[in-house]
Amino acid sequence: MSFPRLIPTGSQTVGPYFRIGLEYLIGQEPANNSALDTIEIRGKVLDRDGAPVSDAMLEFWGGDLSGSDSGVTPDSSGHPIGFHRAATDDNGNFTLVLNEPLPTALGDGRLQAPHMLVLVFARGLLRHLITRVYFGGEPANADDPVLLEIPAERRHTLVARPDANNPRLFQWNVILQGENETVFFAW
Amino acid sequence: MIGLPAVQPAIPGTQPDFCFPPYVATIARSPRMPLIVLPETLTETTGPVFGHSLIIKSDNDLTMQQGGEALGERIFVHGRVLDEDGRAVRGALVEVWQANAAGRYRHKVDGYDAPIDPHFSGGGRLLTDEEGRYCFKTIKPGPYPWSNHHNAWRPAHIHFSLFGVGILSRLVTQMYFPADPLQPIDPIFNSIPDESARQRLVSRLDMEHSQSNYALAYEFDIVLRGSQETPFEAARRR
Repeated sequence: MSFPRLIPTGSQTVGPYFRIGLEYLIGQEPANNSALDTIEIRGKVLDRDGAPVSDAMLEFWGGDLSGSDSGVTPDSSGHPIGFHRAATDDNGNFTLVLNEPLPTALGDGRLQAPHMLVLVFARGLLRHLITRVYFGGEPANADDPVLLEIPAERRHTLVARPDANNPRLFQWNVILQGENETVFFAW
Repeated sequence: MIGLPAVQPAIPGTQPDFCFPPYVATIARSPRMPLIVLPETLTETTGPVFGHSLIIKSDNDLTMQQGGEALGERIFVHGRVLDEDGRAVRGALVEVWQANAAGRYRHKVDGYDAPIDPHFSGGGRLLTDEEGRYCFKTIKPGPYPWSNHHNAWRPAHIHFSLFGVGILSRLVTQMYFPADPLQPIDPIFNSIPDESARQRLVSRLDMEHSQSNYALAYEFDIVLRGSQETPFEAARRR
């Protein structure tokens, strides 16, 4: 195809003051009419030096697409099902509650293990980073086509760890640079 | 929203690199490992759809949100949200935030001692119309100092956050104003290497949509990644 395309607008950092415009969607819990159980993810965003990133925003997408193209419409409050926005506190901690993600079909009939796409925004990130979070203890992780693309020694950075006492609570950190740097993707 | 065709890689120079040392905060926060390129799956070709009940009509007017009139130069900021084929992105969520006329953000971490305006919160949002258009009424933000280097000042800007067709269309950017002498010395603005791509972040003074004795208008069109073209249409073009 050779027809003129417009060039996408350049990205700029979200900066430290994003809560002024974006707070209203932070920490919204999923609509309670869902038949799915909820899980909780808690974690930290850390920089090269292991210092907490206190001004990061994370957006989570997917999970309850129910393996088809349904369920992508907003609930009665206008909030889209399957979308969650979280932000870190002064200590770099974030938390969010979401419907338990389900396996998602791949075009060729294979299944992807339950996961969410995660967009990472922060002061100092001129473009957002994109990663995925999977859930430890899920047998389907062993055959997930995306996880298998990743060098084995880095795969763990995408897998949230279930709490020893609460299987519905997961711990997952985002490390922007350095040792155990999170795997980030491009399309 | 379903079926976003494959997105194209960015044209070199039109997007910032993750590490841009003149903007000091990028140094310890940008990944060093190469990004892993993946094919798109259902997770990436879909994206959130926002409903009208998320927005109230006054969310596009930042000048009257706190029970009184905000101080400063009243302006309209408007434009269109387009995909890479130039098609309107309808129902796109556009979120904005900005400093007040004195260059002060209403945020606990802003330590600049310029005055807070009790009648200006600085946040707004809307959904684009059937032609992909948006329009905010606001106050022209002031420049402000920041700690990146000695005597560093940001040019006046408004932060924009946009959702398009599919999560890979997501964009966060900043809109600047024409003829601002701080732009050539601002590391964030200059993080985009390509001159023409950089200049597309600068809005245009639009006298046609300005209102006499009321407010100037600035026009800022935004292009999101991806195309809404159907496979059928794409085949007909070949």
